[in-house]
Amino acid sequence: MTDTSANALELHNLSVAYRVGGRNRAVLRDLSLTIHPGEAYGLVGESGCGKSTVALSVVRYLPRNGFITAGGISLAGQNVMKLDNEALRRMRAENVSMVYQDPGKALNPSIRIGRQLTEIFELRGISGQRAIDQTTAMLNRVRISDPVRVMQRYPHQLSGGMQQRVGIAMALANDPTMLILDEPTTGLDATVEAEVLDLIAKLRQELSASILFISHNLAVVSRMCDRVGVLYAGMLVEEGRTEDVFNNPRHPYTVALLRCLPRGGQRKDQIRLDTIPGFLPAPGARISGCAFADRCALADSRCHSELPPLHDLGGRLSRCHYHEKAQSLPRTTPGSITTSAVATSPEPVLRIAGLNKTYSSHGHALRAVNDVSLDLMPGQTLGLVGESGSGKTTLARLLLGLVSADAGGEIRLEGKPLASKLESRTAEQVKAMQIVFQNPDSALNRSHSIRHIMGRALRTLAGLKGSAQQKRLIDLVRSVRLTERHLSVKPRQLSGGLKQRVAIARAFAGDPRIVVCDEPTSALDVSVQAAILNLLADLQTKERVSYIFISHDLAVVRYLADQIAVLYLGRIMELGPSERVFSGPHHPYTEALLSAVPKLDETENVRVRLDGEIPSAINPPTGCVFHTRCPRKIGAVCEEQEPPLIDAEHGHKIRCHIPFEELARLQNKTDHIKEITA
Amino acid sequence: MSTTELQQSELPSAAASARSPVREVLHSLSRSGSFLTGFTIVLFWVVCALFGEYFTPYDPLADDIINALMPPSAANWFGTDQLGRDVFSRVIVGSRDILTVAPLATLLATVAGTTLGLFTGYFRGLVDDIISRILEAFMAIPVVIVALLAIVALGTSKSTVIIVIGLSFSPIIARTVRAAVLSERELDYVAAAQLRRESALHTMFVEILPNVIPPILVETTVRLGYAIFAVATLSFMGFGIQPPSPDWGLSIASNYGMIGGGFWWTVLFDALAIASLVIGVNLVADGVQGALND
Repeated sequence: MTDTSANALELHNLSVAYRVGGRNRAVLRDLSLTIHPGEAYGLVGESGCGKSTVALSVVRYLPRNGFITAGGISLAGQNVMKLDNEALRRMRAENVSMVYQDPGKALNPSIRIGRQLTEIFELRGISGQRAIDQTTAMLNRVRISDPVRVMQRYPHQLSGGMQQRVGIAMALANDPTMLILDEPTTGLDATVEAEVLDLIAKLRQELSASILFISHNLAVVSRMCDRVGVLYAGMLVEEGRTEDVFNNPRHPYTVALLRCLPRGGQRKDQIRLDTIPGFLPAPGARISGCAFADRCALADSRCHSELPPLHDLGGRLSRCHYHEKAQSLPRTTPGSITTSAVATSPEPVLRIAGLNKTYSSHGHALRAVNDVSLDLMPGQTLGLVGESGSGKTTLARLLLGLVSADAGGEIRLEGKPLASKLESRTAEQVKAMQIVFQNPDSALNRSHSIRHIMGRALRTLAGLKGSAQQKRLIDLVRSVRLTERHLSVKPRQLSGGLKQRVAIARAFAGDPRIVVCDEPTSALDVSVQAAILNLLADLQTKERVSYIFISHDLAVVRYLADQIAVLYLGRIMELGPSERVFSGPHHPYTEALLSAVPKLDETENVRVRLDGEIPSAINPPTGCVFHTRCPRKIGAVCEEQEPPLIDAEHGHKIRCHIPFEELARLQNKTDHIKEITA
Repeated sequence: MSTTELQQSELPSAAASARSPVREVLHSLSRSGSFLTGFTIVLFWVVCALFGEYFTPYDPLADDIINALMPPSAANWFGTDQLGRDVFSRVIVGSRDILTVAPLATLLATVAGTTLGLFTGYFRGLVDDIISRILEAFMAIPVVIVALLAIVALGTSKSTVIIVIGLSFSPIIARTVRAAVLSERELDYVAAAQLRRESALHTMFVEILPNVIPPILVETTVRLGYAIFAVATLSFMGFGIQPPSPDWGLSIASNYGMIGGGFWWTVLFDALAIASLVIGVNLVADGVQGALND
């Protein structure tokens, strides 16, 4: 049946449509691609471009309203379109496997891990002890060190990274020839993402499977894949070897996408990020000519009328009439900016000293924030960095008064002490500190119009009514680059980026001194993220506001932050000016965080890997809380004594027993060491 | 702003063409078989209640002792009762009282239950503990006992029935609303309201309430079915609606003693009428639930 010499996957002129409201809406248009045996192929593009539809089409798992309107799919030489139900079932059981974005949802919550895995072997006629042995072997293969214990667990008892390993183990159980990974690391922390990517990379060497790797994250794809295809509006706009496409893109969309990312240590006071104006065409929109033409500064009348063919540029493809000059795409934002030197007053706008927060969880004390002290200067940005569970969000909520701190700590706003309870703060103090939440769908009331949402904020925070409110409303809307037309709609009618602009406008309604930004761009596409980051940077210059910026994306933090605090288990492990924290020497934890992030610019970066998971805050490790995972642990002292936060140089503080000079020496030396594992 | 980049002035076209949620629900209701069937049944009885007196063949209250207890015939389709009144005419207008008392009772239950649910769900903690325990204790007492007590205290009247049923049903609605409010409360727009120092009342009724309307709507239609049933039961027991009203429950109560004598028609048609109305309302509730959960 399966032909081993054939290509692993071939799509021929595949078109897929979804039937919505009685109309067929095309989501994939005339898509052709080939994945060779043993090859890893990356499919990138923004949300809504049809990436996941490709994956679902390959295994014929399209939702009920989706169907293939033209073209063909063949998997290892087998025509998937012609298979009957039984053959399709066999193909899914034997030849192709899928790993999903959210492992928590892909696993059955009420069945133990062991049972879920042995089931797959039983389907293939292996039963009893042999199935259990094979399951154990499979879990070993995905580097789960204690398979017997994991097999007895339920999915919710495992961490996200562990769940995804189990998901990968399940996908590999049938020894597939084709492995489809649909955003396998998107919901995971950077350190865990790095582990999972390492695992997939190692498994590739052991297995013969070809890989279709779907991701919106260009850096992840560049790390994992041999070849990459860029999808736009359901069409392949560019394809080629990964390094060619990313280093020398030949389609304006790829060029623009790569420019949206903050890279190479770009900072808000040097440059605004490039953005892509306009929106992705809606699914099913009629496209005459090039799909990207409306958003492309290079487009001329030919682009709008004539669909460019996929030009073959010697081993790579580009769907652009002017592929040879794609890289001359003009920037949509000024490349450099001049900011008047920030005259920082020496007085911090916010001063935190000895802040603690203890929750009680089933009779145990859980210290979510532990003895945090820091200063925030006016007009500056403090970046809060750390894995999930490190206390970033709790710290932000403490400052806002949404949760109240333990007695003993102190928060001072412009020199005056701030009550820990929101109700005890003055109206002025509450107004002075606002927040932009991570998820605008949760932050904006879905029953209210944009006008109501912003009007209410102006009324309560700025005390404006009537025509004064209307006037300020228009100013505010314009300052976040929305128009009056957006005022009458409800949040659900806006795209994610526009919703986040509304949330930002609301936070700025009362002229705050400090705005907390809690992962404001993590739910957005890169082009939209760039526009939001630019907006935040512009507003900061104009309004002289300070930000507390929480993010797991270090490049984003680096772009916006002046100061950085690295948190681990509620403690500050490193604190200092952004450039010093990034240039090093770093705390070993920061070092691990930095090396976990896949980067587009570096071909081979030194990797320091963290083993295991972040320990429970109910029962934190003795001594230095990081010693259980620290790749640079020096001995018993780490387990016994908690190191102090030492000011090493010019306000750059590190909580580590290793002296600063020694850290500097160690981290320079790692150039010669390929890999360090704890 | 000197460093602006783009004018993202258009709405994304896909979103702009999306129908409003209300229209979407109406559209899905208009395609729901159970909703349309239930709605037709309920509409039939509402028309009967409003205009029935103009098209009944006889005066539903007129005695005609000579023709008492006649079986169904061409002259009296559903026969006559012990006072010789035309059963068909009485069934047609018999929905009048039940269709004012039951909806009013449900309305009272919804308003009281929603308010209680908002308070318990929003404040949680001690407020929630105290109110919820009282409501649970209240739910444990059968409606009939509450009715008996209330009638002793307030005297028998339609408004007593409305108050009794309304208050008996409000804890059930409160429980549904509380559950919905508890999950809404975790959303960030509530935290944003706190950061604007909005009052608790504003947050509850302006911010949260519009978002918990769908479960309230479903619960209300379900409760309406139960309320019709409860009103019929109470009038059968002699509470609330009083003779000579042609009310269905009341008619069954005054005639059921004669079933043994073979005079089945005096009871059957009233019973079928009650059943059809309850089924109709439940079909509507089913359709509403389906449309809102789509």
